[in-house]
Formats: sequence, C-alpha cells, structure tokens
Amino acid sequence: MATIPEGFIIPDFGTTPPAVGDGTASAACASAGAGASSEFSGPRKISFICSKGNLDMAYPGLIMANAALGEGVQVNIFFTFWGLDIIHKKLNKKLRFTFAGNTAMHMPELGYVRPGLENVSFPQAMANLPGMTRFGTSYMKKAMAELGIPPVDEMVDLLEAAGANMYACKLTVDMMRLIEADLKGIKGVISATDFIELSEGGQIVFI
Amino acid sequence: MPVNTINGYNFEVDAEGFFEDREQWSEELARELAALIDIEVTDEHLKVLRFARDDQAQTGSTPTLNRMNKVGGFVVADLFSLFPGKPAKKIAWLAGLKKPTSCV
Repeated sequence: MATIPEGFIIPDFGTTPPAVGDGTASAACASAGAGASSEFSGPRKISFICSKGNLDMAYPGLIMANAALGEGVQVNIFFTFWGLDIIHKKLNKKLRFTFAGNTAMHMPELGYVRPGLENVSFPQAMANLPGMTRFGTSYMKKAMAELGIPPVDEMVDLLEAAGANMYACKLTVDMMRLIEADLKGIKGVISATDFIELSEGGQIVFI
Repeated sequence: MPVNTINGYNFEVDAEGFFEDREQWSEELARELAALIDIEVTDEHLKVLRFARDDQAQTGSTPTLNRMNKVGGFVVADLFSLFPGKPAKKIAWLAGLKKPTSCV
C-alpha cells in the first residue's frame, strides 16, 4: 500500500488488517483521520432480528442491513415469527401496510387540501373500511418507489448479493409449517440458540 | 477548503476528504488514489468509475450500489470484491464524486 502524503485528507474507509512492515503509513493514516486503528480487531458486526411482517416494518431492518453492508460491517439477519414473510417467496411481494393501530399515519398530500391536514392522524375508525389496507399498501409502495427504494423481494436479493448472512428461525418454521424451499436467500434454518452464538461480539438490533 | 496534494495532483476536498470538484479528477489521479487504499486499478474498476461519473453527471447525485446494479448492470458481489469493505464510498472517492447520501 502506498504511503499517504502528509496533510492528506482521506475518507474513513474503516479498519484494514495491518499491512506488513509499514509503520509510517499506518501512522499517517491515523493522523489523517482515516480511522485505521493500530490493532485490527476484525470487521464490525451487527445482527438484525426481523420479527414483523408488515410492509412498513419490513423495511427498517432491510435498509439498515444494506447500509451496514455498504459500510463494510459484517451482517447477520435472523427472520423470526411474522418477519419470515419478508423472505417467503410466495408472500414477500404481497406484504401489506395498514393504517389500523398506527396513530402516526399522516398523509402529506392532505396538506394541499387544507394546510394543517398533513399533520392530522388518519382516523382509526376509517382504517378498517374495506379497501383501506389495499390503498395504504399501494400508497406506501408508490412512496418508496419514488425514493428509489426497491420492493422487499428485491431488497432481499440485494442483501444476499452484498453478502448478508440470513437465517430463518427454526421454531417459527416448524410452527407455521413452512418449508425451507419457500424461503429465499437464507443460509439455513437455525434455532435461537444458534443465532445468539453466531451474533457473539456484535451489536443486536431487534425489529 | 482543504486541498489534497499527491504526486503533483491537487484537488479540493470536503472535511471528510471527498472531492469538491469532479473536474479535478483524472484517471491517472484515480490510480494514485487507489494505491493509497490498496486497490490496483483494472479495466473492471475503471468501468465502474466511469459509470459512476456518467450517472452522477446525469442525476446530480453519486450513485448507490443498488443503482449501479439496476442501471449500470454491475453485479453487487463483484462491486464488493473490486472495492472491498466500503464499496460505495470507495467508488465515490475514486471517481472524484461526493460522498453518497442515499440510503439504498
């Protein structure tokens, strides 16, 4: 690796394994704020537990996992309970979003109807009307697509390609009588104990 | 604004070290920079960097890995092996672009 010139500002590309026999380069890295630590302790590790199967609750884990992978973090994802729908081949294109029970649901468009309406919570009495969940789902899908966020099934493909280690929860697979062939992108169906074991030393995010 | 100097090349950078002006970039400079982060630039690397620059010229923002895959047709796993660790940031830096801001 070439030596970083003095006063050179280089973005933080994370820790790298120590290079052989160039103490000067690593010292320059540190002073330039490259974040290269003197002792390489392996890549940072984050484990996500995805337990929800609503469209709006599927995205946080997938997006954060994707961001973590892009930052060079080693990522494990454990799909459990309703979260298994995220990786279910027949279901993950059909995840839905409901207004019911979500008091934080506001619609920016309503602000055009009357200023202030964009901050009003969607009336819960209307949330269960027929067709409302279908409307909410397509509304959310449209909003995500406009921001360039891929659909859930494509996000799962993206994560797999980026090297996320994804696992399905054995208990849930048994309980819901799923078959492994219906689940995409996973490295295996494992127990909670297995997951705790392999997430050792990293941060865990439960969603 | 800080100015980075390497082997006779000067370029303005932001506080983190990303290019302020994409016109101060050249392929030769990219090679010099790549050597600093232990990447030997091949045609494969250049294809990615050129796409990133063309795309940025069109959209005004640095492409994400997802966009490089969808629009550029690059395989995500390949991007990770060409630019190990933090591919999106490394590509942005080596292509003379700003730090990517989009989430996916």
